[in-house]
Amino acid sequence: MNIIVPVKLVPDLVEELSIDASGTALDTAWLRMIINEFDDHAIEQAILLKEKTGAQVTVLSMNIEGVDDLLFAAAARGADRLIKLNGDFVNASNNHALARAMATLIQDLKPDLILTGVQAHNDLDGSIGPRISNYLGMPYVGYISGVNISDDKVIVRKEYPGGLIGEMQVSLPALLGIQAAEQPPRYVAISKVRQMMKTMSIEELDLATLDSMGAPVVNRMFQPETTERATMLSENAEDAANQLVNIFKELGVL
Amino acid sequence: MNQDIFVAVEHLRGKVSDISYIMLAAAHDLAQNTGGKVVALLLGLNAQQLAGNLNADQVLYADHSLLTDFNPEAYQRTLIGIIDEYKPRAVLFGHTSIGTDTVGCISAQLGLPLVSSVRTIEANNKLISQICGGKIMAECNLPEPIALITLVPGGYKPEQGQSTQSPPVTAIPVQVLDGLRILLNKYIEPETSDVDISKEPLLIAVGRGIQNQDNISLAEELAQAIGGVVCASRPVVDQGWLPTSRLVGKSGSTVKPKVYLAIGISGAPEHVEAITGSDVIIAINTDSAAPIFNIAKYGTTADLFDLVPALTEKIKNIKG
Ligand SMILES: Cc1cc2nc3c(=O)[nH]c(=O)nc-3n(C[C@H](O)[C@H](O)[C@H](O)COP(=O)(O)OP(=O)(O)OC[C@H]3O[C@@H](n4cnc5c(N)ncnc54)[C@H](O)[C@@H]3O)c2cc1C
Ligand SMILES: Nc1ncnc2c1ncn2[C@@H]1O[C@H](COP(=O)(O)O)[C@@H](O)[C@H]1O
Repeated sequence: MNIIVPVKLVPDLVEELSIDASGTALDTAWLRMIINEFDDHAIEQAILLKEKTGAQVTVLSMNIEGVDDLLFAAAARGADRLIKLNGDFVNASNNHALARAMATLIQDLKPDLILTGVQAHNDLDGSIGPRISNYLGMPYVGYISGVNISDDKVIVRKEYPGGLIGEMQVSLPALLGIQAAEQPPRYVAISKVRQMMKTMSIEELDLATLDSMGAPVVNRMFQPETTERATMLSENAEDAANQLVNIFKELGVL
Repeated sequence: MNQDIFVAVEHLRGKVSDISYIMLAAAHDLAQNTGGKVVALLLGLNAQQLAGNLNADQVLYADHSLLTDFNPEAYQRTLIGIIDEYKPRAVLFGHTSIGTDTVGCISAQLGLPLVSSVRTIEANNKLISQICGGKIMAECNLPEPIALITLVPGGYKPEQGQSTQSPPVTAIPVQVLDGLRILLNKYIEPETSDVDISKEPLLIAVGRGIQNQDNISLAEELAQAIGGVVCASRPVVDQGWLPTSRLVGKSGSTVKPKVYLAIGISGAPEHVEAITGSDVIIAINTDSAAPIFNIAKYGTTADLFDLVPALTEKIKNIKG
């Protein structure tokens, strides 16, 4: 069983985001990039399957700053093979082209199962997973929070609103969009990651040139304009607590 | 090629989802600009009656036993056939478990542009998408030739997409659907629990800002003091710190309490869509740019680890 997990670095949303001089993109100068949280779950799900069935897990990501740390951390959690993709990711933001280029490379890795995150929060055309599945002729199901391998198929838990689950069976090879692993992503000690840096190597593959045709063109980006922002209370905890007590009284819940 | 706006209607176990009505409302905005009709695409088995209150000029209905429940592959194939034949100006999908499973493959298969997470349609058919967890909005034009769009809630009310007059329904032939590689085995009902957060009047909600399982007790003590119930955002539930029955959001419950106190929650769209029915939202978050402050009535950037215990103390003193 050959499991491939494509992983994306995305801006950390806890940090301040600003828009660059063109007005159409995020200012990358100050962005702190972290692993897309759903990809963290996808790696975890892959490792859980490896522990249950003895699969080989390959994690691949684009070669931008932070990628080595990300890949070695994945290895410390149990990934067997690490790949970074060389390409022009700054000017390319076309998921049609990116998916096609990635599909070509992934095909050579002979995947039985591809696990992506259910979505990344920073692109406008999205749907990398479904696109790759289409180019590789595989079925795709997303919003997955549980996977079991059973011979030539997987049994998955697909989430619907309100906590409803659809149990589906999907024949392999297949691509799944992971929302949550069956267990929270495991923690690994830094010492173990350091050890991986010494013992594991990262392979490099070149992506085909990405043309930008077919991607939505952003006219402008802006922070949400709101008419009714919150009335801000004190930033001092003691004072804010007093204000909240009064508000609760006014609202009749205290 | 025509100027019509198609809407891929979503329904689950015999009920049309709110996002379908929201899409119909948005489709009317688009159609007004293009001069086309609003056409609802309904897929199902003996499901014509679901068309009854759709605010559409026309419904195209595909009936097939393999369309009884949502199946990504069956939906893709059916819709690819319809889009290829009718060539509408745009097709709307929900940014949901059903819509996003369907639209990506269609975009790849037909080579059509996709704009996702669209919240509103503005003058001249400018599409406004919500990205980066609600912190950034992006505007783009309606792409050519056939625009595929996924819609998030928040920009339109479901009532705008409902009508008291039934639209005309036209049955259309369905493609051959054999050889599906995806099958629905069964539905698994949500866990039942002691409390139903959708009915509680006072909710103390905790998010990732709470940092670890031990700290959940801070929220529990506050809830106990004031007489409320603890609920959570997705990361807290995914970590196993609270059960799924306490999850608020797109994949959990929709809530409408008198007071919703959000502690260490950023206000991502998937969380916010389920709390806008609250009478009053109050947010505690150290990030003054957190989107939660855009929908809260009151907010403070005080640190939750200082504020929550102080608040609990004061309430205990008052209640004696
Ligand atoms: C398909 C899909 C479905 C989803 N369904 C849901 C869902 O049902 N429910 C849901 O909640 N999410 C859902 N999500 C996830 C959603 O996108 C967000 O990731 C999630 O809501 C973020 O949770 P959070 O606000 O707790 O965490 P974060 O976004 O990490 O926010 C934590 C906040 O805590 C603040 N903070 C940190 N420390 C302190 C402190 N000491 N004092 C005060 N504030 C502090 C930070 O400033 C930050 O704003 C879904 C996502 C997808 C893609
Ligand atoms: N540039 C990328 N490199 C590697 N994986 C990616 C990339 N873009 C998207 N993905 C994968 O596809 C998933 C969905 O992303 P998206 O379709 O862009 O919302 C992510 O969670 C990743 O698993």
